[in-house]
Amino acid sequence: MLNKDQAAEIFEKLKKHSTADEVEALIYGGKSALTRFANNTIHQNVAEESYSISVRTAFDGRTARATTNKFDNDSLQRVVQASESLAKVQHPDPDLLPMPDASESPAAAEARPSRHSAQTAGLTPELRADAVEKIVQVATGHKLTTAGVFASSEGVEGIFNSHGLNDWHAYTSSEISVTMLAGDSSGWQKANSPDVTQLDPTGLAEVSARKALESARPREIPAGKYTVILEPAAVLDLAGFMFWDFGGLSILDQRSFLNNRVGTQIFGANINIWDDVAHPLQSGSPFDGEGIPRQRVHLVENGVVKRLVYARATAKKMAQSEYRDKVGPVAATGHGFSLPNEMGEAPMNIVFSTPQDPKTVDQMIASTERGILVTRLWYIREVDPYDKILTGMTRDGTFYVEGGKVRHGILNFRFNESLIHMLSNVEAMGTPVRASGEESFDMVAPPMKVRDFNFTEVTKF
Amino acid sequence: MKAIADWALDVANHLGASYADVRLADDRHRGLSTKNGKVGSASVAESLGFGVRVIADGAWGFAASDDLTRAAVEATAARAVEIAKASSRVKLHDVQLAPEKAMTAEWTSPFQIDPFTTSVEQNIELLLTIDSELRSVPGVTLAETNLNFRREEQWFFSSEGADIHQTKYTTGTGYVAHAFAGSEIQKRSYPNSYGGQWQNKGYELVEELKLVENARRVGEEAVALLTADKCPEGVFNIILDGSQLGLQIHESVGHPIELDRVLGMEANFAGTSFLTLDKLRTLRYGSELVNIVADARQEHGPGLGTFAFDDEGVPAQCTPIITNGLFTGYLSSRETAHTIGASRSGGTLRAEGWNRLPIIRMTNISIHPGEKPLTREQLIASTDDGIYMETNRSWSIDDKRYNFQFGCEAGWEIKNGKRTRMLKNPSYSGITTEFWNAMDAICSRDEWTLWGTPHCGKGQPQQVMGTGHGAAPARFAGVKVGSAYKGT
Repeated sequence: MLNKDQAAEIFEKLKKHSTADEVEALIYGGKSALTRFANNTIHQNVAEESYSISVRTAFDGRTARATTNKFDNDSLQRVVQASESLAKVQHPDPDLLPMPDASESPAAAEARPSRHSAQTAGLTPELRADAVEKIVQVATGHKLTTAGVFASSEGVEGIFNSHGLNDWHAYTSSEISVTMLAGDSSGWQKANSPDVTQLDPTGLAEVSARKALESARPREIPAGKYTVILEPAAVLDLAGFMFWDFGGLSILDQRSFLNNRVGTQIFGANINIWDDVAHPLQSGSPFDGEGIPRQRVHLVENGVVKRLVYARATAKKMAQSEYRDKVGPVAATGHGFSLPNEMGEAPMNIVFSTPQDPKTVDQMIASTERGILVTRLWYIREVDPYDKILTGMTRDGTFYVEGGKVRHGILNFRFNESLIHMLSNVEAMGTPVRASGEESFDMVAPPMKVRDFNFTEVTKF
Repeated sequence: MKAIADWALDVANHLGASYADVRLADDRHRGLSTKNGKVGSASVAESLGFGVRVIADGAWGFAASDDLTRAAVEATAARAVEIAKASSRVKLHDVQLAPEKAMTAEWTSPFQIDPFTTSVEQNIELLLTIDSELRSVPGVTLAETNLNFRREEQWFFSSEGADIHQTKYTTGTGYVAHAFAGSEIQKRSYPNSYGGQWQNKGYELVEELKLVENARRVGEEAVALLTADKCPEGVFNIILDGSQLGLQIHESVGHPIELDRVLGMEANFAGTSFLTLDKLRTLRYGSELVNIVADARQEHGPGLGTFAFDDEGVPAQCTPIITNGLFTGYLSSRETAHTIGASRSGGTLRAEGWNRLPIIRMTNISIHPGEKPLTREQLIASTDDGIYMETNRSWSIDDKRYNFQFGCEAGWEIKNGKRTRMLKNPSYSGITTEFWNAMDAICSRDEWTLWGTPHCGKGQPQQVMGTGHGAAPARFAGVKVGSAYKGT
């Protein structure tokens, strides 16, 4: 695995090829592997090792980026020249800031949580096959068919610039996703962690199998507004669609659903959301695309959006804009994407606060006279950008709840629901957990019980 | 490159692989964008590496690396065999590959102007001119443009003797105008949404699209949507423009015909398909007017699904998918062909890059235009009462590909054969086969465009692929409209 000292040497070589006023390099890569199974068989099984270097140069307000996966001297020279050639023909951008220096990336006051596990780094194809074998045993034991993945990786990402800023992040990741298929039903579970010992393939398989079995012979019930109990994966897959609008640049661009809404009560008073890369259940790089440390930001406070996140340039631009008094505190928060880009910044380490009186999913079911239990959502897309209406489907375990009990599986629904409406109607929440879906990035998210969730159509299965 | 491939093939053979192939790929990209009068992003990228795919002990293994030294190539090949042997511990049967003649070939996608020979200054100037036109319209609050060029050179070698060298050029460009006012954000895009139009062409594509000429109209339509009437809810005859019909084909025909989905291989992520094997040549998929093919051949056009050979060395083919409304074909690979009784693969296995395992992907899934001359305006003129919808804004479909819902950027009411008032927030929904059976008219060849869908996601790890969809405006009777905003 490439280490920071080796990367720093590469940057020193690279710098010698540059004639730019400033130069920055992102160096990243590593090893990844994924064992994929379906029909109770491993049918795809892959591994990769690669590294890339992405070089940004700047000349007097002009900047551009070039990337290569070759590290020999000629390639380093070529990638620097490519970046410089591209930068030189840009029009000067008055909003482009000088690259940050080391003082803007001070050593963290607190030790950063480790995101690297030796056990994860040491996973072999054989160990992944062992886990898949256990999952398949659960499937065959229940006369089901299983499909899923067991993935792992070990990687690094570093940033170096000609003002002396440098930072480094080493990490591992592991993930198991299991679908169990019966004749007319299915169940699903997914978990991930930097530490593979936190994953329980048999447990995930058993829960997935139980959902498939309990949702067998699904019945059709009419579309309409229902109380819905969303498991954490469903919550994050929906909520993830709004955080792209929490960047300051999205307000400046007037493309955010938070236009004219920062500081107003747009969600229920029980909604509190942070961005916190250092949270014990979070993962990811502790610095942003310019090397600025990611700060902990209280985005939503008792249902009011109080803070946005900012890259350095966006913060400066916001402070000079007509919106500066309407968007809460304005300062760089370490959430910028690598430059140049059009998106600016976004919070990517979302943590929902634990409610005062957390409820388990079972308690939510027990308190529900008539409602729907949703395991997972699928193919979510934004229908309306300002009302934040999303559409999508339920999938892999959708149940009818009546009289405080799960009664039976139901045919899957299409929903068209506003996130603003949904987060204003949360009747109960559970303790947030590290959750993973397919439509949005991983989060620390709770299960939620939401009234009047808008299902508009029923599909055929 | 052959020497490098031989290092890998020799090791795989020595370690007991019964089949091996090596793909080396050199990928280059230029990406430029602007936003509100300034360059948004400017980047170039190159990536060179190789992937080794093997069958050992009857199971698959794949390993990839960007290190082309002999030691690394041999170690990567050995890793692929080790992985295959681990795979074989959890298998029900050995992998079977349909026979395929090993070919030696060279192919480059045709182009008139190598896009990489155009200057970045010229590219940026064009984008900023468009941007200026868009923002000259009062009420446009955000203007975004993009221009992308890609060159993919690939060498494929197999233990069966294949030696195929292909180079493909892709150009993509488009823009969008946003208008925010009050409590509403509207947008219009050109020539298509989510990146514009993409084809396997050189810079000539940019010159053909009349980008600057359409910019002001697009900006004006974005602003006009803010005050347009809301699209009504109910059951209507609808006419879809070609780009929206292309996406409709992608989601409700292209994905369900992927044989890996049908066989359950994508059940955990992308999903399965309602097109179970018993439906081949028995299912009435659409009306008699519906004729859809999967055509990867050059003669179909410069689509993102056009090539000479797929990524396991199978020549490009044309497969009838829906013939006069009857379901007649799947997308297949060498591994899956036998499940539908085919003697060879349909040639649809493709990978995003050197570091990804090729999987079944759409090629160009295109609907045949109508045989009788029919322009879009004539189609509208022949419609008493309906809604014309243009340019996709949202799309969603269930994991078996039955129930779909699409939103479009703009709609227009049709009354007595005339396009009348503009309608905002048009959407429609339905069940795949019911929808295709409701198609009662389609425009002819002059209105047919081979659209590119550049960012189709599938597989684990996820791979992004470009697909092509030839389509012309078409009419569908009795379609549910407006559910997207129902009850919200």
